[in-house]
Amino acid sequence: MELILALGIGVLTGSGVWLLLRPRTFQVIIGLSLLSYAVNLFIFSTGGLRTGAAPVLERGMAGSLASHADPVPQALVLTAIVISFATTALFLVLLLAARGLTGTDHVDGKEKSR
Amino acid sequence: MNHLVIAPIIIPLLVGALLMLIDERRRALKATLGVVSASVLLALAVLLLYLTDHTATGADATVRVYRLGDWPSLFGIVLVLDRLSAMMLVLTGILGLSALVFALARWQRAGAHFHSLFQFQMMGLNGAFLTGDLFNLFVFFEIMLAASYGLALHGSGLARVRAGLHYIAINLAASLLFLIGVSMIYGVSGTLNMAELAVRIAAVAPEDRGLLEAGAAILGVAFLIKAGMWPLGFWLPNTYTTVGAPSAAIISILSKVGIYAIIRIWLLVFGDSAGTSAGFGGHWLLIGGVLTIAFGSIAVLATQNLARLAGASVLVSSGTLLAAIGAGQAAVTGGALFYMTSSVLAIAGLFLLIELVERGRMVGADVLAVTREAFGEGEDEESDDDDAIGVSIPAIMAILGIAFMACALLLAGLPPLSGFLAKFAILAPMLAQGAEGLPFTTWALMVALILSGLATVVAMSRTGIDVFWASPAGDLPRVRLVELAPVMMLLALCVALTVQAGPVMRYMEDTARSLHGPERYVQGVMTTAAPGTGKGVAP
Repeated sequence: MELILALGIGVLTGSGVWLLLRPRTFQVIIGLSLLSYAVNLFIFSTGGLRTGAAPVLERGMAGSLASHADPVPQALVLTAIVISFATTALFLVLLLAARGLTGTDHVDGKEKSR
Repeated sequence: MNHLVIAPIIIPLLVGALLMLIDERRRALKATLGVVSASVLLALAVLLLYLTDHTATGADATVRVYRLGDWPSLFGIVLVLDRLSAMMLVLTGILGLSALVFALARWQRAGAHFHSLFQFQMMGLNGAFLTGDLFNLFVFFEIMLAASYGLALHGSGLARVRAGLHYIAINLAASLLFLIGVSMIYGVSGTLNMAELAVRIAAVAPEDRGLLEAGAAILGVAFLIKAGMWPLGFWLPNTYTTVGAPSAAIISILSKVGIYAIIRIWLLVFGDSAGTSAGFGGHWLLIGGVLTIAFGSIAVLATQNLARLAGASVLVSSGTLLAAIGAGQAAVTGGALFYMTSSVLAIAGLFLLIELVERGRMVGADVLAVTREAFGEGEDEESDDDDAIGVSIPAIMAILGIAFMACALLLAGLPPLSGFLAKFAILAPMLAQGAEGLPFTTWALMVALILSGLATVVAMSRTGIDVFWASPAGDLPRVRLVELAPVMMLLALCVALTVQAGPVMRYMEDTARSLHGPERYVQGVMTTAAPGTGKGVAP
């Protein structure tokens, strides 16, 4: 499971960074989205990967991370998802405004002169 | 009384939300509410500063811990008010009030929801300065940035949208780095509370230490992007140049939030008690800071535009602060804090001033002036200028000119204003330990500090002469009192800093000492761990 998750995060990050460095605004925003997925998975994995762990303490058990899943990364990832969603939406609006004002979808607002 | 600590976050949140509900046409009401809120915030910040400093003789009174929801501090999020936070709150309050008053004349009409955005900006800034939790810091960073995106784009226009696109993309990427760093630190240490992290770091297993330091370094990169350290700061002058004047004045403190986060976390976590990680990354700060000063000085010399000049001086001031902090001595840090206060006020004043000056000028006059200088065409004009001797400079230009000169003195660090005292306070402790045995980097920092002052003097006097004396006469700028007053207030505060340098410096030195020996901060947070022990008892 670790290998699959690590590969998933790696592929998402790699594609995200590559797209982020591309000249079209649409590629940039998709790159940012992919990167934020990668980061969310990464945060999620810092709590340790386990299957079948209880989400909350069971009755009568002593509280220890060995007996239940770490809730903090889950809370963090939830916050991170909401924030990155909101900022991506804001970026999308700006992207459309830039397209309307400059007439091109190049990130610099003008095509590179050849 | 204890609930005062959260008020700087709650007040702008409520006022900002309320302002969104009020119709845009009721401008006077919105403006009044905004200004009242900003004034209350400033008064509150001054009160908190007074309380923090005044009760310093008490046992644990310098650090006020506020537990959100009254959860025990290691389970819930805490707000921590100490000297550094209180000082930053006051700075935010001053900038907020002056930028908002300035905006009343014109800028509030340039687009929708200016006042709400402004309140949320204040909320994000205050929250970032108060929080004692790494992830909560991320949340307040995002609030602050989201509001700053709105303010940076306020007024719209091609240049702003173009620069805003870069600004937002870079900050979104930086936020992702922030998250990676925070989660790595959590994965290794199992805590997000800064004080607990400082306690736990010494006990981190050697095989995990590399991971923790990598996490801290990634977090540091996120902060340094905000602070504009070379080579992460190329976005900064461009963005600051294009945004409207009041937005630039308030956004200019955003770079100092990056610096604040580094001061806070680096000195707390990687202090002397950090075991083998003590002082991790200090050399990077010092060298990066010196390089930033160098880059900023070249940018200052190369600019042909007043607003870009101010943007480049933000870089110089960031570099100076980073390098001085990286030097890692309490006395130097004290000087750096004084420098931060002085330069934040001066740069905000300059951003506001530039807009007033630019109003009366021809478009492209800056470029013309430099070209004329380069091609020596200025000489020919001398002959037919004879009858111009004795022509009086209009009063408003004289006032603006004097204000500009004050800004130049402050930023370049020349006597008699506080900029000089600040640079002196950074340089003096470095030399105090004797000239022999000083490491090369310290020498480099001293040379860079002095040369950056020279570059600023050269650039600002050149621009000043062009703008106020030699420029083709345009229309006189129409300046209203509400626009001039904030600039004058900021500069008057710098004069006050100069006159009252003794007590202010004493405060900064106390702050620096408690930053370098953060036992009290750690104790303050850790001892309020159990519920009901603090003053805010749960019902």
